[in-house]
Amino acid sequence: MLLLDYILGRLAQMVPVIIGVSLIAFLAIHLVPGDPIQIMMHGRATPETLAAAHAKLGLDRPLLIQYGRFIGNAALGDLGTSIIQNAPVSGIVGEKLGPTVFLLVFSSILAIVIALPLSLLAARRVDRAADHAIRLVGIVGFAMPPFWVGILLMLFFGIYLDWFPISGFGKDFIDRLWHAVLPSATIALFLAPILIQSLRASMLDVLTADYIEVARAKGLGEWRILVKHVLRNALIPVVTVLAVNIGWLLSGAVVVEYLFSYPGLGSLLVRAVGYRDYPVIQGLSLVFAVLVIVVNLLADLSYMLIDRRVLTS
Amino acid sequence: MAPLLAIEDLVVEFRTRGGRIVALNHVFLTVQAGETLGIVGESGSGKSVLCRTILRLLPTPPAEIKGGRVMFDGEDLLDAPEARLRQLRGTALAMISQNPATALNPVWPIGDQITEGLRVHGRIGRREARKRAVELLRRVGIPSPELRVDEYPHQWSGGMVQRAVIAMALAGGPKLILADEPTTALDVTIQDQILALLLDLQAASGMALVLVSHDMAVVAETSDRVAVMYAGRIVELADTRTIFREPRHPYTVGLMQSIPRIEGGAGRLRPIPGQPPSLADLGPGCPFQPRCAVASPDCATTPVAPVEIAPGHWSACLHPERVGALL
Amino acid sequence: MSVAAASPAGRAAAELARWPGALKIGAAMLALIVLAGLAAPWLTPYDPLTQDLVNALQPPSARHPFGTDNFGRDVLTRVLYGIRIDLPMGFFMTYVPLIYGIVLGALAGYFGGWFDAVLMRILDVTVAFPFLVLIIVIVAILGPGVHNIYIAVFLTAWTMYARLARAEMLVERGKDYVLAARTLGFGPWRIVFRHVLPNIANSSIVFSMTDFVLTILLVSGLSFLGLGIAPPEPEWGTMVAEGRDFIFDAWWICTLPGLAIVVTGSALSLVGDGLAQRLGERRHALL
Repeated sequence: MLLLDYILGRLAQMVPVIIGVSLIAFLAIHLVPGDPIQIMMHGRATPETLAAAHAKLGLDRPLLIQYGRFIGNAALGDLGTSIIQNAPVSGIVGEKLGPTVFLLVFSSILAIVIALPLSLLAARRVDRAADHAIRLVGIVGFAMPPFWVGILLMLFFGIYLDWFPISGFGKDFIDRLWHAVLPSATIALFLAPILIQSLRASMLDVLTADYIEVARAKGLGEWRILVKHVLRNALIPVVTVLAVNIGWLLSGAVVVEYLFSYPGLGSLLVRAVGYRDYPVIQGLSLVFAVLVIVVNLLADLSYMLIDRRVLTS
Repeated sequence: MAPLLAIEDLVVEFRTRGGRIVALNHVFLTVQAGETLGIVGESGSGKSVLCRTILRLLPTPPAEIKGGRVMFDGEDLLDAPEARLRQLRGTALAMISQNPATALNPVWPIGDQITEGLRVHGRIGRREARKRAVELLRRVGIPSPELRVDEYPHQWSGGMVQRAVIAMALAGGPKLILADEPTTALDVTIQDQILALLLDLQAASGMALVLVSHDMAVVAETSDRVAVMYAGRIVELADTRTIFREPRHPYTVGLMQSIPRIEGGAGRLRPIPGQPPSLADLGPGCPFQPRCAVASPDCATTPVAPVEIAPGHWSACLHPERVGALL
Repeated sequence: MSVAAASPAGRAAAELARWPGALKIGAAMLALIVLAGLAAPWLTPYDPLTQDLVNALQPPSARHPFGTDNFGRDVLTRVLYGIRIDLPMGFFMTYVPLIYGIVLGALAGYFGGWFDAVLMRILDVTVAFPFLVLIIVIVAILGPGVHNIYIAVFLTAWTMYARLARAEMLVERGKDYVLAARTLGFGPWRIVFRHVLPNIANSSIVFSMTDFVLTILLVSGLSFLGLGIAPPEPEWGTMVAEGRDFIFDAWWICTLPGLAIVVTGSALSLVGDGLAQRLGERRHALL
């Protein structure tokens, strides 16, 4: 019962955000200075094609009706039509959603694999050499632009060592994993310093908690204490930090997908902006925002599986 | 008969930014099997450090054990390898910590945590563990334990969690329980219940109990013998009767007179003047001398060590004969 | 207090002595970078834009420490002139939104009502978009270029500071003196300046250093995507994008300008890290 109430409450909170997000996505095309169709067609549209395109996109109707139709159609999964590609936007975008989610999951896992042991080491050796070294690596790592790191990885692992492909997507699961290694590593290297910073702090809290000493007093070994008592409690901040940084994760993905010609939402966005394909830009901004909202919702729900206290507070 | 626990000449230092601090200064103690020893002193006097040293749970660094012996049941815990210590913890030796709110891991069911030590020490399987958890919870007075064994710490009150923590300490059938201020964080009415429970369990199982407290009244009610700690040292040690009737250290008198008494009224309540000393800059003499009403000039300069002034009665005062005048 | 602390110079020396190592190193690096940017015309004999096709694609040497690019321009010269583009952009894009973000947030906290409600909804919606996506969409609407990046960042970057200031103002507003001040006719400004600002100053400054780094990454990233500063301007991200085409033959064209971003960002991060220690933000006490 509590669980259901909680989920319903969270969904209700999302409603105004979804309305605001859709409003921004909707207005994107209307805020373009000049005629969006004319800009899309590079000024070469005749009055007839202009009128036809306006009618096709519904641009000739009152704004409020247009918005109503936009949001109604979007709710049914119809994001309009790309004039340039002459195809439904939902199809164009939907086809890229999978690869991007794949990339996000892969790079999050990689980032955790990098960040978890390092932050644990830093927390156990507070203010000693290892801690300072890890902090310095974090500081420098944080300042490395993903597009540059990606190029370095491409140069070294892709070209010099020739271990991994430097572009494309792949055919089956293993092949896709293979193609996603370098892009994911690039995103993970951007995300890991952010994760390490907040994880180190929360690891410190957990490591100095009374129940860790109690566990030692029970005669548990360090390894068991780590796995059973530290990691599970430290997972809560991992989930939070990942969810809070999903925006940065996606931002990194945009650049990295473009760099590695990875067929995801990010490279589609960059291309759509290049072509001034406004319906696709609209659809994409909506999908990106919904992705952020959904990830945050999932994070909230997963807290409850890790820590039951959330439900009662 | 050899004592269950014998601490001899234990010295523990802490390294801090401000320099070295002697947290335990030539501490000595014995605990007989089945006995209750009370350790009293203000916060910072080294009581908790002592408990953690016995269990070897002090983080080193910053702590450093500089010398002494901790003989438990015939073996020196300071020499024991980590594997042996792990074996002893949660079986022959157990600890009850101060704050029940943080003593249990919030993300696991209480029953699991109570028997975790047993399972790790390879004594029982999962199903057996659950049965034992229910049994232990019943022993510490949790109503309908079979329904509550799978609940989480946040669902229980502080007093109940402390009972669970006691059950956890009992799980391995210990010979000695170190209870570090087990009632300080609880409501006054619950405090008495928990103390009574501890004494009942002790009487039933024959284990020894070291009860650490800053409260002379708690120790008076419960202990066979009392050790008074000040600035990392044992300043007086005697059986409870003696220490209350004929204290031979001015600090003990100060602690006793700061207990409120019903018959005495507010007028008799006399707090000890001054602050506990900073362990970082102690002079060569008696650490209590700046706050002492019967100190003489030599107290500031002459090093003091505990002396057995009567059989079983130790005092670290240069002038124990003057203490009677304070009563 | 020592005697030396009495004179201003002594006080400065005493303050400097209390700086953590990270702050000293970061500040020194940053000072060097700023000086190098200011003195660029005197530090290098080359021009950042003039092409010299005869000397194109030369590897690093004594004459060209960072080599030359495909147009024969000296890469080190372009990196130095790049300081004049990236650093000021990062600075203004961080600190201008910081100022009005704090003001807007504090006012929303003070007045409450519809103004607060609208501001909070805007905040919720803004954080629902990935930052870069929002910027890209705004740039797509307005078109690429420096001015439009400024507009896009100014529209979005203030939200975190507004949230911070609003929360602080809500705390202050509940206090007695605010009620007293209001009945005496003192307006919100007095409370903002005397109470809210001092309380959020430390955390804002520490956050802003991180933001500064991220803004430089954003500017160079947008340029790398071709949505920011267009060639031939010596912007670091633009240079990395240009050099990408020659990655097989001339690694130095794209890797060395990227290194400039890393060094600058590290200097800013070190300053932020050191400030956090010095100002007592995010500190841990073990014993």
